[in-house]
Order: sequence, then C-alpha cells, then structure tokens
Amino acid sequence: MSQNAPLALELRHVTKVFGNIVANDDVEMDLRRGEVLAILGENGSGKTTLMNMISGIYHPDSGEIFIGGEHVTIASPKDAFHHGIGMVHQHFKLVDLFTATENIVLGIKKEKFNIKKSAEKVAAIAERYGFVLDPNKKIYEMSVSEKQTVEIIKVLYRGADILILDEPTAVLTPQETEKLFNVIRRMRDDGKSIMIITHKLHEVMAISDRVAVLRKGKHIATVETASTTVNELTEMMVGQRVSLNIKREKLENTEDRLTVSNLNLVSYEGVKILDDVSFTAKSGEILGIAGVAGSGQRELLEIIAGLQSPTDGEIRYLDPQTRQNVDLRSKTPMQIRDLGVRLSFVPEDRLGMGLVGNMDIIDNMMLRSYRKGKTVFVDRQPPKALADKIIDSLQVVTPSAKTAVRKLSGGNVQKVLVGREIAAAPTVLMAAYPVRGLDINSSYMIYNLLNEQKENGVAVIFVGEDLDVLLELCDRILVVCAGRVTGILDGRTAKKEEVGLLMTKAKGGDDHGE
Amino acid sequence: MGQILNFLIRAVLQGTPLLYGATGEIITEKAGNLNLGIPGIMYVGAISGVMGGFFYNEAVKESVLSFSPVLALLIPFLSCLAGSLLASLIYSFLTITLRANQNVTGLALTTFGVGFGNFFGGSLIKLTGSATPYLSLAKISKVYQSFLPFGSKNGFMVYLAVILAVVAAYMIRRTRLGLQLRAVGESPATADAAGINVTRYKYAATCIGGMIAGLGGLYFIMDYSNGIWQDGGFGDRGWLAIAIVIFAIWRPELAIPGSYLFGGLYILYNRLNVSMQYQPLFQLLPYAVTILVLIIVSVRKKRENQPPASLGLSYFREDR
Repeated sequence: MSQNAPLALELRHVTKVFGNIVANDDVEMDLRRGEVLAILGENGSGKTTLMNMISGIYHPDSGEIFIGGEHVTIASPKDAFHHGIGMVHQHFKLVDLFTATENIVLGIKKEKFNIKKSAEKVAAIAERYGFVLDPNKKIYEMSVSEKQTVEIIKVLYRGADILILDEPTAVLTPQETEKLFNVIRRMRDDGKSIMIITHKLHEVMAISDRVAVLRKGKHIATVETASTTVNELTEMMVGQRVSLNIKREKLENTEDRLTVSNLNLVSYEGVKILDDVSFTAKSGEILGIAGVAGSGQRELLEIIAGLQSPTDGEIRYLDPQTRQNVDLRSKTPMQIRDLGVRLSFVPEDRLGMGLVGNMDIIDNMMLRSYRKGKTVFVDRQPPKALADKIIDSLQVVTPSAKTAVRKLSGGNVQKVLVGREIAAAPTVLMAAYPVRGLDINSSYMIYNLLNEQKENGVAVIFVGEDLDVLLELCDRILVVCAGRVTGILDGRTAKKEEVGLLMTKAKGGDDHGE
Repeated sequence: MGQILNFLIRAVLQGTPLLYGATGEIITEKAGNLNLGIPGIMYVGAISGVMGGFFYNEAVKESVLSFSPVLALLIPFLSCLAGSLLASLIYSFLTITLRANQNVTGLALTTFGVGFGNFFGGSLIKLTGSATPYLSLAKISKVYQSFLPFGSKNGFMVYLAVILAVVAAYMIRRTRLGLQLRAVGESPATADAAGINVTRYKYAATCIGGMIAGLGGLYFIMDYSNGIWQDGGFGDRGWLAIAIVIFAIWRPELAIPGSYLFGGLYILYNRLNVSMQYQPLFQLLPYAVTILVLIIVSVRKKRENQPPASLGLSYFREDR
C-alpha cells in the first residue's frame, strides 16, 4: 500500500455531542484510495457514531468532511450515496419476501425497471468480486452471510467507492469470515476504500492495511498494521486505568453457589453463541463478566434463568437452605426464580425485559407477586408497600407509585428493575448492564446496592461494559470473547490491558502472533 | 344446461361488487393497511352515487339540465369516487398520520359508512315523498346497463371490475411502482431507508383502493339492482369482499374467480330451492370456504401466500 495514495476521505476536527455525552471529540482521520482501514475501539468509543456521520445518518456538530479533496456536507444517506459512500449496517435492511435483485434495485429511480437486466448486473458484480450469490434467491431462504452479501452488493450496485462495514464478522462463522475477507481484498485491489469497524484484534491484523484506534470518542492514533502488534493496539484501545473509588469489601464465608459446566449454545444459523462455558459463582462475591457486547453474555444469563435452553451443558445450584445440589436445567423459569436466582437485565431499550412500560410501579411489582394471592382478586397492598419502599430507599424520582414506568427517566427505571429483584431476597442476583446510560450518582447507588447484596451473602453476577468499573467492583472477572471464556481473573490484581486482550482474543492464544 | 349457464351468469353479476371490494382491499393491504372500513366505504360509494344521480334527476325534472346519457353516467360515477375518496381519507388520516389502531378505525368507519348510507338514503326517499321504502333511479340505471353496444344484459361495470383487477395484478407484480408498494407493506423501515416515501404510498394505496371498492357499491345500485336504493340493501357484501382477499391470497388475479365463486355461493340457496330456515346455513358457505383456504395456506407454510408482513401495523420511523 503506497503511502502517497490519494485520499478518498478526510475527517477534520469532527465533533459530535449527544446531550452531555461527547460521542466524538475532535476526530482527525483519513482514508486512502484502495486501502482497508480498521476502526478499532471498545463499546461506546464512538466508532458507530463516527461512521453514521460519514454515511449521513448524523450530522457533525463541528468539523469538516472532505471526499476526494473536496469539502462536502453529508445531510442524509442519500447525500452519502451521491458521494459514493455506502454503509453496510449490522442489522440488515432487506425485504424478506423479495429476491436479492429486487432488494438491490429497491428505491433506485434512475434506471429503467427491468428485473432481468438488473439480475444480470448483480451477477456481474458478484462475479467480479468473488461473491457467491443467486440473484433470484429470496431473502428468507438465505443464510446470514448471504444476506450480508446482498447488502454489500446493494451498495456496490449504486456505485459506492467508499464502503463502511459495521462489525461485518459479528454474525459470521469463521469460514464465512474468511470468504468475506477475500472479497474485501478484491474490492481493495479494485481501488475501493473500505472502512471496517471491529473489535476483534486478530481480524484487524488479518485484513487491514492501517488501524485507527478510538477511545472514549477520541482518535488515539492511526498506525500501519504491519508495524504494530496486538499488545500495542490493546493498550491504545483500553488506555490507562482510571480510579473510580468504588468500595470493595473483603470476601467472607464464600461457598460455591452456582456451577456452570461445559455450556454450549448453537444458534439457528449454526453460529456458536456459547462455546464450552464453565465457571462458578460464589456466595458473597461479585463475579464480573467482561466482554464486548454480543459475546454471549445475554444468552448465558437467560440460560441460567431458564428463559432459553442450551444445546448442552450443566448448571447446578447449591441451595443454601436445604443444602441440596439442584440441577437448574430441569426447572422452569418460575421454579428457578423461587429458588432465589434472580435476573435483572437492562437491555438497550431498558423497557424490553422485565418491566411493562405502560403499567405503573405497583403493577410492575405485582408481576412478581401476583401468584401469591389466595383468591381470584389481587391484593395490591403488599406490592404498593414494596413500591413505596423502593421509591423511598433508592430515591426513585417519580410523581407517585402510580406513574407508568415508561414515563420515568432511564436511571429511575433501572432502579425500579434492580430494586424489585433485590427485594425478593435472592441468593443469586444477575445484573446485566444495570448502570447503562446512568449518571455518576445513580451508578454509584447501584454499585452500593450490589455491594450490599454481596455482604448479605448473595452471589452477584455483574455484566458490565466499562472495564474500570469491573476492575474496581468485582472480586473476580470472567472474560468472554465470541462465546468462549478466555480467562477468569482476580479483580484485585488484574490489569486493564490483560482484560482488554482477553476480550478480543477470538480463537486460542496462538493465531494472532505475540 | 341453460339453467346452469344462467346460474353462472347470476354468479358473475353477484360477484362483481365483491370483485371491486376485493381489488380495492388488496391494493390497500399491499401497503400494509388493513382497511376493515371497506364495507362502510362501499356503502358510502353507493349512496354518493345515488345522491349524484338523484340530484341530476331532479335538475332534469325542473328543466335546469337536459337529460344526457354522458352526464347520467358521469355524475353518479364521479360522486361515487368523491364519496369513497373522502371516506378513505378519514381512514388514512387516522391510521397513517395519527397512527391510530387500524382495526378499530376500520370497524368504526364501517359502522359510520353503513349509517351514513342509510341516513341519506332515508332522507332521499323522504324527499321523493314516496310511500315505498325505496328510491328508484331507473333512467340512470338504464344508461349504466346499456352503455356498451354489446352484451345488453351486462353493464360496462362488470367488465371494468375485471380490467381493474388485471391492471392491479400487473401493477403489483411487474412494475417498479408495485415493487415499491410491496416493500412498503412488507417492511416500511426498509422502504424508508431505500428512499421510498412510505406515507405517500400508504395514502395513495388506501385512497385508490377505497375508490375502487366504492365503485362496487355503485355497480350494485345502478346495474345489479336496476337503480333501486333500499336501506341496508347492500347487506354484508363488503365483508365478503374482505374474505375474498384472504381467499385470493392477496392476488387481484385470483380475486376474479374468487369473487365469482363467492357470488355463486351467496345465491346458491336460491337455485337449490332451499327452505327459508336453512338459508342462513347456505349464506355462510363463503365464510366456511375462507376458513378452509386459511387452513390450507397455513398448512402449506409458503411465505408468498402470507399477508404483507407489516399488515395492520403503524409505521414509526426509528429515532435517529
């Protein structure tokens, strides 16, 4: 790759602010013609925001974008297309019932409508770059990889020279990934510029010519892939450790509460979501789970809670009251909950799991207790008392307990969710992303709650996003990457880089050099 | 033999209003709008046509206008289109712009449409001072029935229904417009991302579909009933039209045989000389056939035979 290749795209001082969060801070970046540039960063480092600005979904608050040396304003995805920029999103936008060709030509107004001719053109593009695709196959008959192919050809069909691929390998099997990389190389050799967002380091090393590293919205550096190492990239990606002063009590009287062994989950498409996961959660301890989003954390928790069934594996639970060792896989979700295994999952949209947005706080409390009633009528008194208690003790900001949950702010919704699960005096508390989107104070309140539970002898499983928090809050940290456990570290001694490296280590320790 | 042929012709004539309704509803549903207001819109279309015809008649009587076949044809026809368009706009505005629940809106519109028809029908009958509970527009009806130089028994609207269904089928299957319409009904978010104006397509499909359905009401009065309006005379034919949409698995070309079949089943009891008490049993035959088709389609599990994926759902653009 020539150092002096002409620039396809330049970003100058690009800044984007959402509310009081700076998603991109004065980012400087350039993309050469005929190169593959990897954009590397943790969750929330601003990769996707940056790409959305290039593809016209967001508009930068300040800064300039140049394409082929010319200053441009990209106000909409249409503008981006006009400038030859095409983005392939993680979530495909395809009509299931249409053929590949019909999807590809959808919305194009310039050319004459002739599906047969278009199909020939699609086949020619596929041929040229080495895609395998039947232009007349319906989307619903396709594998994920084929759907992705349709999305990429859709962009090429419209004449894009700059392709942005948002985590294209997240949904692919290793073989499919290899095929995709071959296609990417051929597109590069054809003079296209490709930006690929990823957090898998070995893929960065395998496919990219240069790597741009983002951290907390800032552009850290852009380096030649050939002259860097995995360790160097990891350091740039996770940065220095920041002290947060979260309290962490000593462990007392711990015993193995939940033992997960050799858990496997294979998705409908044949992708391994969980790969031989084994670990133990102890009472009176906070076990952190670190990993980039979508590494199987959600599925793992759902399997423990009985909401999904694994392909195979074992989950055993030691009941502290009866001292019996119970097989959780044979239990229904309700039985598991009654044993004291509680899940509070905060999904991206917060109201997706666990709370009903249109119901008030009391009714949401009742979702967990209505079965206790003895008559056909519900008794609203105990849940009302509980709701009042949670509002009071967790300082939930709400006009009253009778306010619909969807009207509360995100942090307060999370407090209600976590508070309800804690109120049931659980023995295992699984909290996934409980501080997602919360301000500092609310976050600390949640940390304190989890610590309190730990002191009460609860086995707490905490799925977190921020490595600094995980390192300060958790006694042990389980690191997952692409469904595999890549390490279990002591939270008191673990180094941030160590966790970062394990998070991005996809297969074994040996296939991406030392 | 002659009897069978005669029955088949009756079935076609009986099926024609259903075909208008079904074609209109298919176009509407292809854009993802489940318009259960179609039975009401057909009523509105019918009474609007009748009102147009009635006032034209009055004008002729008072010698303001002279009787011309062209006007006798056009005035009810255009009034019918205007009436159905207004009714469809009510539905469109509520469900597309305000994103109200489609089922509730549709059912309300049907109740409204039937009441609207009977109210103004009753008023017109009052205006004539007639003692009988119906209104006759025989002169205009004659124009409708004998507009074509051939086929003295079948008016032009019988053929128009088939032409509209065939054109709709071609448009949906073979044109860019059809592809984009189907995309809106299948996945509005995808269509939106592809630069298709989802709102405009939904409005256009609902209004055009409603106007076609309204013509079914007009045909029923002007041609099938020889120009006689009777309160509630149109009956439950609108619901049959919606059943045909399912029967035809959302394809206008299949709605043609479907409508004639349903038309035949609807009047079967007449041919078989069934005694009064069993008539309702025969009248539910079309619905039984619809359920049968639903079962067959579900068992076959073919994606192409399913309703449009976003049918009945309001489209909210994702927040950016």
